[in-house]
Amino acid sequence: MFRKIAISAVSALTLMSGSAWAAEGTAQITNVDFSFQGPFGKFDEHQLQRGLQVYTEVCSACHGLKFLRIGALAEPGGPNLPEEQVKAYAKTITVTDAVTGEDRPATPADHFPANLAAGAPDLSVMAKARKGFSGPYGLGTNQLFKGMGGPEYIYSMLTGFTGETKEIAGVTLYENHAFPGGWMAMMNESLVADQVTYADGTEASLENEAEDVSAFLMWAAEPKMMTRKESGLKGVLLMGLLSVLLYLTNKRLWSKVKGKKLAH
Amino acid sequence: MAGIPHDHYEPKPGFQTWLHNRLPVVSLLYDTLMLPTPKNLNWMWIWGIVLTFCLALQIVTGIVLAMHYTPNVDLAFASVEHIMRDVNGGVMLRYLHANGASLFFFAVYCHIFRSLYYGSYKSPREVTWVIGMIIYFLMIATAFMGYVLPWGQMSFWGATVITGLFGAIPGVGTALQEWLLGGFAVGNATLNRFFSLHYLLPFVIAGLVGVHIWAFHTTGNNNPTGVEVRRTSKAEVEADTVPFWPYYVVKDLFALAVIMMIFFAIVGFMPNYLGDPDNYIQANPLATPAHIVPEWYLLPFYAILRTFDNTVWVVQLVQFLTFGIVDSKLFGVIAMVGAILAMALAPWLDTSSVRSGRYRPMFKAWFAVLVIDFVVLMWCGSQVPSAFTGWVGLIASTYWFAYFLVILPLLGVLEKPLLQPASIEADFKSHYADPAE
Repeated sequence: MFRKIAISAVSALTLMSGSAWAAEGTAQITNVDFSFQGPFGKFDEHQLQRGLQVYTEVCSACHGLKFLRIGALAEPGGPNLPEEQVKAYAKTITVTDAVTGEDRPATPADHFPANLAAGAPDLSVMAKARKGFSGPYGLGTNQLFKGMGGPEYIYSMLTGFTGETKEIAGVTLYENHAFPGGWMAMMNESLVADQVTYADGTEASLENEAEDVSAFLMWAAEPKMMTRKESGLKGVLLMGLLSVLLYLTNKRLWSKVKGKKLAH
Repeated sequence: MAGIPHDHYEPKPGFQTWLHNRLPVVSLLYDTLMLPTPKNLNWMWIWGIVLTFCLALQIVTGIVLAMHYTPNVDLAFASVEHIMRDVNGGVMLRYLHANGASLFFFAVYCHIFRSLYYGSYKSPREVTWVIGMIIYFLMIATAFMGYVLPWGQMSFWGATVITGLFGAIPGVGTALQEWLLGGFAVGNATLNRFFSLHYLLPFVIAGLVGVHIWAFHTTGNNNPTGVEVRRTSKAEVEADTVPFWPYYVVKDLFALAVIMMIFFAIVGFMPNYLGDPDNYIQANPLATPAHIVPEWYLLPFYAILRTFDNTVWVVQLVQFLTFGIVDSKLFGVIAMVGAILAMALAPWLDTSSVRSGRYRPMFKAWFAVLVIDFVVLMWCGSQVPSAFTGWVGLIASTYWFAYFLVILPLLGVLEKPLLQPASIEADFKSHYADPAE
């Protein structure tokens, strides 16, 4: 009987824990099948490169990425840009030197600058700080199978403006169905179709741009995701092997003490 | 060690005797590992090893994390991101530590409910049980303070809510709260002392674990029948038990390997599933999150805390009778602490002479409801408060107290238990064929 209770308790627990952050309101999050979902999912480096382009040409006007090191763009498991290209990219960014206090062109060792000018939130860990669709009744099942859904949230937000505006205490708010509460300070048409021109010929539709930059921000939030999944897989395989060996050892050891189970 | 008769360590002449006469450490290890253990222990007896492993994992990963972490309100969040991005293996260290806390609590709940079902808390194991409850209480404190360290939104606001509970104590409350916080609100002083205590308490827990093990090595393990190991002769002991090494060491390691396989899958593939996304937003004292919730393992007791607001008539009555000294806030705090205290007093509240739930037909049903009740409380704690969750929470909280304070004392009188086996050996033989056949 204890076993039955334990099993039902465990399964209830898994379902329940997701509801701890069940979304308030009725934010509409579109599901996107990103390449990096699931245990074996990988970042698409071309998509990350396109996302970097969208971030650089559009988002960085108002948002910063203060925890992301520019040099990480060259590391495997990410956009994987050639070192030279990263150096050239760094030079286009101006940072304030921590020692001299003077502005200078950035190097790959520098972080992306913070951007406080417009009061917009920093995007370094944004993809982990938001949740997507948690599953029916806030059960968290969707997050269990497809991940927390931060990139889905970003995608839905970028494509979710209705065009309606309202003004509260001198601040213009823009209607967005993905944003909790429905009205946000980020501007309508912050990102529109054909705002960038992709070098690889990908069509720069709003959906493509939003998907690319969402993927890029997921990587920016966790540049070590690929190594993490590799370590996880190694751990699972190693422990699986160890389990088999210990199972056999245990069975043999106990065979001197314990005979066949009697039927009742 | 006292207790069940068994072979003791015999030092060989020479170095072994020399050392034994000066420090009998080998003898201590031998007696600990060769402890006669009931041979009928089932898979619910593996959690002790899992818990010991969790404590070691948390201490080892925690010590390395502390080398890279900065306990300062302006730098803490950034230092965690530094660990995640620039420290070798930092991603795995942090995720192992964060999810390790979840595994720790999952295991401790299995361990506690196993003891509740098989009556492990009953005489002569009351001291083991009470020490276990103290360890559990310290685990809650340690986990809570650890959750504050990344200095995210949930860290800050969780700390604000929980330290606010001390303010509910009449008279000294506000002074006590400010003394704990090191100021009027959660701030740098709070973060510093929580870091210090988060580092200290695991070692206190480790010490108590030693005492916990010492206590049950003195009384011997309980087992699924609840029938004691016969101690009149060594032959009888040998018929009821097997030595801990190698039988249970290997069995427990097998179970641990299976659990680690699942654990690595969670850490590697979904490390943020059990966490709150809001904690990836740096703490901001000016912006309160829409919904402040603790981590999943604290939800049942958080639900009890929240349930007793001033719409509940018991709370109103107590408030009236105490001239408002015990208001709804204090009542909630007393209820939350009382819920754990009631559990700790189980050895003296349970009046049944039968130890194992296996031979207690009525108890089985009430116990099953308690397990469901625990999960329901967890769900309640996770929800945005509403009239419905208020009612469910109130019923579930009432049942929690009723189980320990009313049902356990009454069952011992009302229930007619089934016949218990004469010995562990007899029970074992009725379940398993002779291995020689």
